[in-house]
Amino acid sequence: MPQAPLLRVEDLQVSYNTPTGLVQAVSGVSFELGREKLGIVGESGSGKSQTGRAILGLTAPGGRVRARRLEFDDVDLLRADARSMRRIRGGCISMIMQDPKYSLNPVMTIGAQIEEAFLVHRKTSTSEARRRTLDMLSAVKIRAPERVYKAYPHEVSGGMGQRVMIAMMMIPEPDIIIADEPTSALDVTVQLQVLAVLDDMLSEHRMGLIFISHDLNLVASFCDRILVMYGGKVVEECAAAELEQARHPYTRGLLNCLPSLDGEQGELPVLRRDPAWLTAAEGAQ
Amino acid sequence: MIDIRALDVVFGHGSKLHHAVCDFSMRIERGQSYGLVGESGSGKTTVLRALAGLLDRIARVSGEMTAARESLSGSRRSREFRRRVQMVFQDPYGSLHPRHTVDTILSEPARVHRLDRIEDRVVQALEEVGLDASFRFRYPHQISGGQRQRISVARALITEPEIVLLDEPTSALDVSVQAEVLNLLMRLKRDHGLTYVLVSHNLAVVAHMCEALSVMQNGSVVETMDVQQLRNHAPSMPYTRQLLTASLGYNRAAIDAFEEFS
Amino acid sequence: MTLAVNLRGWLLADIPRSKSQARCQRFYIGWLEFQRNPVAMIGLVIILGLIAAAALAPWITSSNGLEPDLVNRLQAPSAEHWFGTDQLGRDIFDRIIWGSRITLYIVGLVTIIVVPIGLVIGVIAGYLGGLVDSVLMRLTDIFLAFPRLILAMAFVAVLGPGLENAVLAIALTTWSPFARIARAEALTIRNSEFILAAQVQGVSTVGILTRHVTPLCASSVIVRLTLDMAGIILTAAGLGFLGLGAQPPTPEWGAMISLGRQYLIDQWWVPTVPGIAILVVSLGFNLLGDGLRDVFDPKSGG
Repeated sequence: MPQAPLLRVEDLQVSYNTPTGLVQAVSGVSFELGREKLGIVGESGSGKSQTGRAILGLTAPGGRVRARRLEFDDVDLLRADARSMRRIRGGCISMIMQDPKYSLNPVMTIGAQIEEAFLVHRKTSTSEARRRTLDMLSAVKIRAPERVYKAYPHEVSGGMGQRVMIAMMMIPEPDIIIADEPTSALDVTVQLQVLAVLDDMLSEHRMGLIFISHDLNLVASFCDRILVMYGGKVVEECAAAELEQARHPYTRGLLNCLPSLDGEQGELPVLRRDPAWLTAAEGAQ
Repeated sequence: MIDIRALDVVFGHGSKLHHAVCDFSMRIERGQSYGLVGESGSGKTTVLRALAGLLDRIARVSGEMTAARESLSGSRRSREFRRRVQMVFQDPYGSLHPRHTVDTILSEPARVHRLDRIEDRVVQALEEVGLDASFRFRYPHQISGGQRQRISVARALITEPEIVLLDEPTSALDVSVQAEVLNLLMRLKRDHGLTYVLVSHNLAVVAHMCEALSVMQNGSVVETMDVQQLRNHAPSMPYTRQLLTASLGYNRAAIDAFEEFS
Repeated sequence: MTLAVNLRGWLLADIPRSKSQARCQRFYIGWLEFQRNPVAMIGLVIILGLIAAAALAPWITSSNGLEPDLVNRLQAPSAEHWFGTDQLGRDIFDRIIWGSRITLYIVGLVTIIVVPIGLVIGVIAGYLGGLVDSVLMRLTDIFLAFPRLILAMAFVAVLGPGLENAVLAIALTTWSPFARIARAEALTIRNSEFILAAQVQGVSTVGILTRHVTPLCASSVIVRLTLDMAGIILTAAGLGFLGLGAQPPTPEWGAMISLGRQYLIDQWWVPTVPGIAILVVSLGFNLLGDGLRDVFDPKSGG
């Protein structure tokens, strides 16, 4: 990477106290993020979402986050007070969630919500905020920004809702976006169109992206670098283009068990989980 | 085995009228696996539900349907049809009753159809889907998503059906579990000579499972083709070609060429 | 000791071996959940205390609470008469204990009448929808529109005063909210995939209603009933207070307050003690209902 990384994560641990005992959701995840697209892939329960949430301090109550290092731009995110954390959330690091239906306030117009996101972090007049909001809506390729500005979340489609989310997260011009399965609820073509919008905005503003997804192919084609997580650990880290040459048996297993479009109708190879993956040291660097 | 002609499904009245399926036809031979592909709102699931007679009181269904040697009208289905045609649903968390044990879930269809040796059938069905007898008295919330979907498949097998309707059976599962369930479905089809109708948005799953498919959009069939045509990446309609491109992964240049179809 | 350990192991085994074990496990896990809530446990203890008082009444009381003893009238609380005596010299403690039977009788009878009516009407209306729903729900609305006590008074006026008629009147005025709750539950349940699955299996409408929909609606109805029990007891007491419920000399708590109210200034214990009894039991049902709601929460799956 040419410059110093924006985000440093070293030995991140997230654990939950449950009636049946301590559950380790993330154990010892380390990575650095520059102005690049980093994909975190894994199956359900791999700890990929917990990793994203822990960075923003959004771990659910009852969860405990520890790390040797969790720094954004030299600010220690674990020891930051509530005020600086609020400034960082949204202002410096934003998060795009899976379903716009649940992350937008149903009783506020879309325009008002984006404006609010802007005004929290920038002290300007409301007319300026309105102008910026409309600019942002056209930047995410919404054809009739004026109409969408006045609309309520339930009046727009899923793809449109996710564009609105992107606009809302982008407007304070953060340095890092964490996107947790941002397009999993959308149809394939809409999904790609939304990602294209995100991609264009990222390269225009030179932001870093953490893209959390279960879809190996999508991450491989969209991101620059990939972390593969299994059981709360990173088992493999590689450049997206080199995913086909992945070495870890888990990554290989995931790649192989996908049905292929051009394949013959045979048995799909089944992933055989090896308990040693959980105890083994960090995957090949 | 299944013959549908000019199926129309209309939901609602007046200004809320929604023509979900419009002039849909399809013909499936015994032992075939047939795919219905489309994006959300394309009407693919509605076709399946119309065939299974699940749209009673919700929608108006018209057209000619024949399945399992019975001519079907409206939403009433004979007991024999219910035995011969079974269905597996998308959501492994929603399709099993939360307060019923696996045993209750599996023995209910056997009791409804007054089959004999219910206990043997339950154990055998569990075995067929690769679960041992220890699952028999568990509740759905005590088992994983993949295991639940196996239970749904086992429930569909209890009555020894001829046709199984699969509504996105693996889209809620992790890919490694998806592979296991797809293998299971393929094996059961071979062993029991089943006929499948598979609804999915995933072209790769359909290419893997089916011999022929119809691509649907806004309630109508856009294109019907042989699976070889799909595997050769040679669909003839632009909408299908776009779907195919999209399912191959992210490609910035290709996305700008996407068109709106309606 | 080993038996207890074995039993616990059986109740918490990962792999239940029979239908009854699975069912017992579900109850036991629910019980463990319930136990962790101290407030709910207080509620349970109060209700168990009420039941114990009712069951053991002949042994823990010295009189049947009905015979007047005019020599000892209006005695203050003492070692001999813990809660004092009333205007006819009857021991108030004994009357409270015997009165717990009447309270339980009211609670039990109302439950037996209200739960089936509410469930049947609500589940049918919610699941079938359409015209059936409209007719049943308008009927429910009619009952819902009247203030409970006033309607109960009207019923008692027609049926004649007395404990049975009071209970009947309360039941007739209480079922409507339960029908509403059951309907709301049935409305969400009827769209779930497991109901579609049951239809595909060929399960009849009656089978779906009884085996699939009702068990899921029942838990929220029971929770709401426990929470409402306080209101039912108060209504019964209110009817008793107005002289429309249990008739003297029955030791019904509301009637006891009514008869004792003229002594409130000088012999405060006469109306106060039954008042506290009503308060404690109502509170007990409320706390219990709160705890049950947490256990029955469908999200916990139990």
